[in-house]
Amino acid sequence: MGLFSKEGTLKILFFGFVLGIIFWGGFNTALEATNKEAFCISCHEMKNNVYEEYTSTIHYSNRTGVRATCPDCHVPKEWIHKIIRKIQASNEVYHKLLGTIDTREKFEAHRLELAKHEWARMQSTDSRECRNCHDFESMDFDKQEARSANRHEQATEYGWTCIQCHKGIAHELPEGYDPADDTPEAPKESDE
Amino acid sequence: MLNTKKTMAFTHKSLIRKLTLMTLLVLTAVMFSLPAMSVESLRGDDPLNSHSVKVGKYKVKTEEGGYERNFKKQPPLIPHKIDKYRITLKNNGCLKCHSEKAYKKEDAPKVGDSHYITRDGKTLKHISRRRYFCVQCHIPQVDSDPLVENTYENEE
Ligand code: HEC
Ligand code: HEC
Ligand code: HEC
Ligand code: HEC
Ligand code: HEC
Ligand code: HEC
Repeated sequence: MGLFSKEGTLKILFFGFVLGIIFWGGFNTALEATNKEAFCISCHEMKNNVYEEYTSTIHYSNRTGVRATCPDCHVPKEWIHKIIRKIQASNEVYHKLLGTIDTREKFEAHRLELAKHEWARMQSTDSRECRNCHDFESMDFDKQEARSANRHEQATEYGWTCIQCHKGIAHELPEGYDPADDTPEAPKESDE
Repeated sequence: MLNTKKTMAFTHKSLIRKLTLMTLLVLTAVMFSLPAMSVESLRGDDPLNSHSVKVGKYKVKTEEGGYERNFKKQPPLIPHKIDKYRITLKNNGCLKCHSEKAYKKEDAPKVGDSHYITRDGKTLKHISRRRYFCVQCHIPQVDSDPLVENTYENEE
């Protein structure tokens, strides 16, 4: 009887509420824990290959000391996008168990395929993770090298996105891949 | 057994000979180096065991339009920063802009035609191996005064 009394309903509501907080909090804490660089490089597949290469790039060490870590570039910030990426990422655990890329040779053999996934993902989101930190609007083209400013002006004019020109920004490019094949070209004057 | 004794005796003798020779060599070396020689090098006549003067921190210069060339067939100086481009066995970061395929898009000068020609005069479709390591010949410049005075005049 007690359950259906007014008091009982309140109790259930209360317990549900508390459980919800615990569950939700725990879930998000787990989500956070898997969103640290230390977690990513707990797998040697990630540590020995991509991490080592990344340590000699500007996003690891630079003049101002602002770093971009693995999740900054690879895991979306907004909750819903993050969940989707995490579900996709369980595929990585599966391949870890299979040993798909457990040696340097196997990694190199798969690298083009993995890189292509990342490029496609970034292309489809207009390089959202890069734009979490960088933004054409906030770039002072006058302070950039002419080479950069010229290309960035074209990019804003024709709606290109960062990853079209900045492949291999944090890791070595796959063997035999020529970025010049994919970099966009401004249409000729006469075409317009 | 006999054999080993023989070789032992032999090594013993030659060891003494070697030691004498070495002592002699060391002695002559010491004798010749006694009067302190004053050969001036780029670091001035600082004795070798003192710390050299710290060089300033210089930044790589960017030069719009490129640097002037000083003689025919000079590998042109690089007018931009190059720290982010890697040249490895697998990839050459410079070709991202300077290759046949890329130069128009990037509005960059194409590598010299000579870069496609092999030792034997054959023209290749890709960069010749002897031109692969670009920074062997091309270098950027920093904003600093020359270490020594230079009286070189440009070739006409
Ligand atoms: C359990 C070990 C493990 C951990 C931890 C791990 N990875 Fe991976 N990762 C792998 C394996 C194995 C693959 C190859 C998957 C395949 O073959 O499809 C991979 C592939 C990738 C790829 C290529 C994805 C694609 O679409 O092909 C990216 C990017 C990546 N990992 C980033 C990360 C980041 C960022 C983290 C930390 C948040 C991380 N990894 C943590 C094992 C791991
Ligand atoms: C966590 C923030 C962050 C993210 C995410 C990020 N960057 Fe950066 N990036 C930086 C910072 C900070 C610097 C400049 C460091 C300095 O010069 O002191 C930088 C520098 C650069 C440079 C200049 C390199 C050089 O040598 O001058 C490029 C190009 C660049 N980022 C591209 C990208 C691209 C492309 C992405 C997405 C794949 C990206 N960044 C993601 C923070 C970030
Ligand atoms: C059309 C090609 C193109 C696109 C698209 C593009 N960039 Fe660049 N970017 C370049 C080139 C070329 C340079 C100069 C040379 C280099 O970095 O290798 C450059 C340089 C930079 C630099 C260094 C600037 C300097 O002069 O110090 C940063 C930072 C950068 N890009 C970030 C971005 C970000 C972020 C995006 C997306 C919002 C982006 N770029 C989109 C071509 C592009
Ligand atoms: C500045 C952004 C940035 C950071 C930081 C970064 N990555 Fe990447 N990563 C990329 C891009 C862009 C690609 C797509 C391939 C390329 O262009 O090199 C990529 C590709 C990958 C791949 C696919 C294999 C390959 O080489 O293409 C893996 C695995 C990966 N990253 C893992 C990591 C891990 C682990 C870290 C942290 C140690 C990390 N990344 C840090 C931008 C980044
Ligand atoms: C992002 C594109 C890009 C990359 C990558 C690049 N360059 Fe350049 N380079 C240019 C542009 C654009 C110019 C012309 C600059 C100017 O004239 O203002 C140039 C000019 C030069 C010149 C001068 C040519 C002349 O006739 O004066 C040399 C030499 C050169 N680069 C060598 C290199 C080397 C070596 C690398 C690799 C370490 C490299 N470049 C990487 C874009 C690039
Ligand atoms: C063995 C020395 C050597 C190497 C290695 C070399 N170059 Fe050159 N480069 C030259 C010389 C000499 C010239 C000027 C004469 C000529 O064009 O052959 C030149 C000219 C150039 C020019 C200007 C071409 C023009 O028409 O004005 C560019 C750009 C260039 N090189 C880029 C590169 C790049 C990029 C690489 C690496 C892939 C490279 N070079 C490797 C010696 C070299």
